[in-house]
Amino acid sequence: MTEFPDTTTTSDPSHDAPGEHGDDAAGYYTPGAPIADTKAPGGPVNERWNTRKFEARLVNPANRRKLSVIIVGTGLAGASAAATLGEAGYVVKSFCYQDSPRRAHSIAAQGGINAAKNYKEDGDSVHRLFYDTVKGGDYRSRESNVYRLAEVSVNIIDQCVAQGVPFAREYGGLLDNRSFGGVQVSRTFYARGQTGQQLLLGAYQALERQVAAGTVTTYTRHEMLEVIVVDGKARGIIARDMVTGEIETHLADVVVLASGGYGNVFYLSTNAMGCNVTASWRAHRKGAYMANPCYTQIHPTCIPVSGSHQSKLTLMSESLRNDGRIWVPKKKSDCEKDPRDIPEEDRDYYLERIYPSFGNLVPRDIASRAAKNVCDEGRGVGPEVDGVRRGVYLDFGAAIERLGKAGIEEKYDNLFDMYERITGENPYEVPMRIYPAVHYVMGGLWVDYDLQSSIPGLFVTGEANFSDHGANRLGASALMQGLADGYFVLPHTIRDYLADGPFEKVPADHPAVVEAEQAVRSRIDHFLTNNGTRSVDSYHRELGNIMWEYCGMERTEDGLKKAIDLIRTLKDDFHRNVKVLGTNESINQSLEKAGRVADFFELGELMCIDALNRRESCGGHFRGESQTEDGEALRHDETFAYVAAWEFAGDDEPPVLHKEDLVYTAIEMKQRSYK
Amino acid sequence: MRLTLKIWRQPNAESAGAMHTYEIDGVSEDMSFLEMLDVLNEDLIAKDEDPVAFDSDCREGICGMCGLMINGQAHGPEVTTTCQLHMRSFKDGDEIVIEPWRADAFPVMKDLVVDRGAFDRIIQAGGFISVNTGSAPEAHSVPVPRDDAMRAFNVATCIGCGACVAACPNGSASLFMGAKITHLGELPQGQPERDNRVVGMVAQHDAEGFGGCTNIGECTAACPKEIPLDVISRLNWDLHAAMRHGH
Repeated sequence: MTEFPDTTTTSDPSHDAPGEHGDDAAGYYTPGAPIADTKAPGGPVNERWNTRKFEARLVNPANRRKLSVIIVGTGLAGASAAATLGEAGYVVKSFCYQDSPRRAHSIAAQGGINAAKNYKEDGDSVHRLFYDTVKGGDYRSRESNVYRLAEVSVNIIDQCVAQGVPFAREYGGLLDNRSFGGVQVSRTFYARGQTGQQLLLGAYQALERQVAAGTVTTYTRHEMLEVIVVDGKARGIIARDMVTGEIETHLADVVVLASGGYGNVFYLSTNAMGCNVTASWRAHRKGAYMANPCYTQIHPTCIPVSGSHQSKLTLMSESLRNDGRIWVPKKKSDCEKDPRDIPEEDRDYYLERIYPSFGNLVPRDIASRAAKNVCDEGRGVGPEVDGVRRGVYLDFGAAIERLGKAGIEEKYDNLFDMYERITGENPYEVPMRIYPAVHYVMGGLWVDYDLQSSIPGLFVTGEANFSDHGANRLGASALMQGLADGYFVLPHTIRDYLADGPFEKVPADHPAVVEAEQAVRSRIDHFLTNNGTRSVDSYHRELGNIMWEYCGMERTEDGLKKAIDLIRTLKDDFHRNVKVLGTNESINQSLEKAGRVADFFELGELMCIDALNRRESCGGHFRGESQTEDGEALRHDETFAYVAAWEFAGDDEPPVLHKEDLVYTAIEMKQRSYK
Repeated sequence: MRLTLKIWRQPNAESAGAMHTYEIDGVSEDMSFLEMLDVLNEDLIAKDEDPVAFDSDCREGICGMCGLMINGQAHGPEVTTTCQLHMRSFKDGDEIVIEPWRADAFPVMKDLVVDRGAFDRIIQAGGFISVNTGSAPEAHSVPVPRDDAMRAFNVATCIGCGACVAACPNGSASLFMGAKITHLGELPQGQPERDNRVVGMVAQHDAEGFGGCTNIGECTAACPKEIPLDVISRLNWDLHAAMRHGH
């Protein structure tokens, strides 16, 4: 069992941020003892997973049916784990807030899934996928975990094909691949623009098969609102039946959170409306460390905000940048004009100008920030929202001339249709307008190599954990990680924990159970009896604006400090003044949202503190104070090559920062350049 | 634009429901249909009235969670999901009637929210290929003709929203079932369980209270993913084959 040190105020001086990088977050946090992953075996990186699989203890098949597992979330990471553990013979309970496990937001992933199959014989290998992923993450991920991810990627494709996932194929009947996300090999498997949907349906069907077999029980329209920790170990959850309002206690031997990412802290994002941080945050408050919460991926090609009614943002596949040229007018006075009336010499193809060698194909973080900069200068296009035009053109005029309209239709027809449906503009005639939007979070609950959090018995998989993508995720890698964790990693590592069983039964009236249930009830009562005047959504929108403005594409010391003040003030107002009508004993969507937004407030503050502490730019985290002379991201490996794992210390106490040093044995750290 | 909305309100599964009329102003044509309902709900909350409950999640047309009868049509006047329907499909002064999915097998839980658990149970009855994690052969060991893979994909795009059932005068889920049976039946991996699959799914379909198919075609007309009607022919073909094989 990993030993997790108690909170301490003494810190190893070598971990303090020295000299020019200062300690921006001083006063906002308490330094804690360093932590380390103790589960990854030593030795060469390519042998560690085999060693761990062998060392992880086995559970006799006859004993498995006496061991129970709770899994929260039914996306790729949750459904795959539930199915696999059910097949192995454990007693599994699977929870989701949607009306069916098939609706989890993995379903919306478009592009594809990476795997180091090297079917193209183009020089790909497990090592190259590992290398690309660590580099893409800007050297802020854990080497052992990423290598394992690359290693099991090949098994995922085999499994999905056997389940009937209809991947794209070549005429010979073999699987097709494409190049994705700027890497130089073709390793992305895809099912048109709906890869996530097809992979999730595969996992969902495997899950439902286990429901029929009696090993898995599903609880749909259930929301986890608290984790039960008994004698330091996770032993269950409190969930609310979202139809009847019943507060239910579910006990088990181990709990898995596969509850996704928290991009909706920004209110507007490409996430589904219901995506939330509550499962993770409730666990964080009970002792699970939150790692690198400020690492957010902002995707450059989304449909811009059209007005204050906007409820979510829609991604347009990154592949559009292969043929579209991005520009804004050179003169502010042209921004209201019909773009077709702006002559070539008055257009600023700013990516091609600033990054002549990569042009429109620079990585996501760079393209996003450049779009923000030109709009901040007042050269954005499209409707004014809150006084600023936030949009840039993605122009297919040249591509249509080159390939013909039919050529473009063949490649992008469904995307062009979707764009026209949402905006009412025909992109074959008028250039598309795009703007960056929050898309994915690399941060999440801290886990060791076994995917176990700092609460023993609480495992975390998929986007909900922090482990594989460092400070920036490459395209087609989220699906890979979700399925790797659920099908091939967790089932091996969790057995080592379960091998300690059988576990002592937790009585339903155990003080820890009663306390967790009471906490849930009093939160619900608080919202329902608050008699405030403002709706939950209005607070969520305002919180999102603060996060987007100060903790979005560019962060600064002053801005983050201001954001923390604003969030604290708004959070107090929320708890005094939020208005939730109706009762607990029926479907009450305002009540559901109130609990989630309350947790987003606390998370948002921690994200700002984390961003404030990390006075370097890396991946999706850009600090204005840390850039090269020509405005590019500048890392400080000597000071910040660590995972920031935050421990909750109490409602009015600063969080405790534990640092996990990142050590690379198989890769050399380099600064990225795309000029 | 200014609209009159007639919306089905029902406090819970046990209570009776009724249509209620609401006026809404300042609707922009750029709003999605569900954003228009968000605006209505903010108005209702401000007036201390219970907001209208409706399902939605991804709001980009892929999760299948949303679904409303709009002026008597499943998902409204366009071939798309309710979340991707935009207000430019309507005009100032319109009256819009909004109801939950109509089908005995999808009971109303509150307002516009229905229980589609029957779809999950149909999948449990055979809508899968039995392959335990780790037991799969190398992906290239079984080539699949490209056209077969494409046909499988085209019908695998079903999002399980239930519009086909809501649109069908018989309340049949044959299009939903046929899509899954065709998807898995087109692939070599789906052959070993082909008979059991169709027999199990059809039996569950009937047990859930869905009606029979009489080839009316409303299902495919309402389907936001344009699943073709011939998947039902495929379903019938497979069912007859299974019976010939002794099921």
